[in-house]
Amino acid sequence: MTRFSRSRVAIAAAAALPLVLVAACSGSDGGTGGDGGGDGDVTELHVLDYYNNDPNKTVWQGVLDACATEVGVELNRESVPGGDLIAKVLQMSSSRTLPDVLMLDNPDVQQIAESGALAPLSQFGLDPGGIAEGVLSASTYEDELYALQPVTNTIALFYNTQTLAAAGIEPPTTWEELETAAAALTEGDQYGLALSAINTYEGTWQFLPFMWSNGGDEADIATPEVAGALQLWKDLLDAGSMSQSVVTWSQADVADQFSSGNAAMMVNGPWNFGTLAENAELEYGIVPIPAPAAGDTVVSPFGGEAWAVPQTGDDARMAVAAEFVQCLVGEDAVVEAAVGTNTVPTDPSLSDTVVEQVPNLASFAEQVPDLRARTGELGPEWPTQATAIYEAVQNALVGGMSPEDALAQAQNG
Amino acid sequence: MTSTEIRPGSGGLAPPAPARPARHRSVGRSRLVQIAFLIPATAYLVLFFGYPVVKNITMGFQEYTTRTFYTGEAPWVGFANYVTAVTDPVFDRALLNTGLFTVGSIVGQFTIGLLIALFFHRRFHLSGVLRSLLLLPWLVPMIAASAVWRWILDTDHGVLNRTLDLLPFLDGRPAWLTSTTLALVAVIIVNIWLGIPFNATILYGGLQEIPEELYEAGSLDGATGARAFWHITWPLLRPVVTVVLVLGVVYTLKVLDVILGLTNGGPANATQTISTFSYHMSFREFDFGVGAALGNILVLISLVFAVVYLRLNRRSIDE
Repeated sequence: MTRFSRSRVAIAAAAALPLVLVAACSGSDGGTGGDGGGDGDVTELHVLDYYNNDPNKTVWQGVLDACATEVGVELNRESVPGGDLIAKVLQMSSSRTLPDVLMLDNPDVQQIAESGALAPLSQFGLDPGGIAEGVLSASTYEDELYALQPVTNTIALFYNTQTLAAAGIEPPTTWEELETAAAALTEGDQYGLALSAINTYEGTWQFLPFMWSNGGDEADIATPEVAGALQLWKDLLDAGSMSQSVVTWSQADVADQFSSGNAAMMVNGPWNFGTLAENAELEYGIVPIPAPAAGDTVVSPFGGEAWAVPQTGDDARMAVAAEFVQCLVGEDAVVEAAVGTNTVPTDPSLSDTVVEQVPNLASFAEQVPDLRARTGELGPEWPTQATAIYEAVQNALVGGMSPEDALAQAQNG
Repeated sequence: MTSTEIRPGSGGLAPPAPARPARHRSVGRSRLVQIAFLIPATAYLVLFFGYPVVKNITMGFQEYTTRTFYTGEAPWVGFANYVTAVTDPVFDRALLNTGLFTVGSIVGQFTIGLLIALFFHRRFHLSGVLRSLLLLPWLVPMIAASAVWRWILDTDHGVLNRTLDLLPFLDGRPAWLTSTTLALVAVIIVNIWLGIPFNATILYGGLQEIPEELYEAGSLDGATGARAFWHITWPLLRPVVTVVLVLGVVYTLKVLDVILGLTNGGPANATQTISTFSYHMSFREFDFGVGAALGNILVLISLVFAVVYLRLNRRSIDE
């Protein structure tokens, strides 16, 4: 009888196991606030970002540590891969385990703010200081500021100094010069220009400076201005000045093509300095992206990440987190981050200090006052229109459609 | 967002339970024991198969966005997500591509897989080693494999086109991944490469089951070579062929990683399928409702084939 009852116990235990597991899973809803706990006595902040590769990882660790010391807390930092951040944030918001300080890619800020997961910074009395207007508009949702962005980056035209010098060509400043130069620099296995027209948001990001500088607007892309910009890309492709592979190249692929000498010029950003430095023989210069005509202003989108304070429900921790975010846009933090990660300050008054240390950043720094936010006009609706833009670009480049038809279809479809 | 998949071996019918001897000491107690044994498996199925499927179906009828995760509010919208999905200009293209991709992949995988299985059916030196090498595509992580394939298929610098350059009668370089007509072909070729081990392994197993005596008897009656194949091998292999084809279709319909890795559905949506489109709506545009609706459409299509499989399977057991 004893043996028998023991086996019954075992069976009952086996049957109950899944229930215990379920209970254990649902028990983790406790929230991050568990340890630091009580009011007024905040000793630790949970920080979430996607700087999981060097140099970003290490440089930001230094910046974050300095601010933690200043605010007087310990850091519990978590870095996830870039592609996983939003999924992680969504998961955290549904289980109420949001971190105290959250880093977001700037075009995502409004979408997360719309969900209600972020605290408006005005309630902590944060001061955006001299951050450029365009940059602030990406972090603003329904007239409330939700995040502060210390540094930014954008794209410009990189050119191979030796190749251009050998061909006797000056770096182009207008679209016409760009076409002529790209055609002249195309020979053998070398294309004149490389850029990314891939079917992801990267492709859209690369197209924006051409579209915006020509007077185009993302709210309605079925306009002659946007078509003109797309026609330029199509002409470059049809003339053979750039490879048809541009429709599959990410920006990292573009940098590889440029570095290995397959392209004399490329549209890309300063985050590639590291990759390009690996090729010791490569000498390159950087100029702003060519304007439609001489004297036109070039309007580029900006990249980079902003720091927000999620609604964790613990007022004391949120107040300390806000203090921490304020420190991240302070001069020391901004300069250290900009120099270390090859980015430029969002506050133009700090640019000179940074460019002095990293001269290659000059072309990027001078664009800061004119930079335009991708989400400035459409806010959380931006992803839909960003998809429409890269689809139109691809349809025109390799899908056999005219730029006008491709854009009209993307806008109305 | 499709979470249902049917694995070889676990899919389809469970073997019929052996009849129990009717020598229970207490019917009630043994009933209890039976239930206790059932609970873990049932709980597992409900948790990991039932819940995701039900969640996906309900999500298809809800406005489920990033906001939902924080507020928990997901208003019911009826069939609005399905209307959005089906009327999207990309949908028709994706549906057609899904069909072409599936048919192309299956025909290629099955034909080559069968030829390889037949080849290895005759024993020769090192056949065992070679047969195990054949499984390699299965062992390589798909993300790594697709990176290598992208490199092979690159228009300007890819190994394939550089090799084709050497052919005197071929002019120009095919734009494998960047032309809207060739990209689907390229993706199908890679998927065939990936599917050959599965087809060859299962078909090889089926061939081993055919008794050798039949061939001996057949050869006495003059059935050798192709005649032996059509009159002995093919009829006896048919049950295995059915399994391979139906499972192959269900696998291929939901293929995501191959396409994402190679073309991400491009260029100009030339390789967009229902599954990549669903992925895009859910995880790029964060419109989880529409993504789930697309996933459900895909599940429905798979279900048709799964039912076909179950019916055919039942018939072969009856026989």
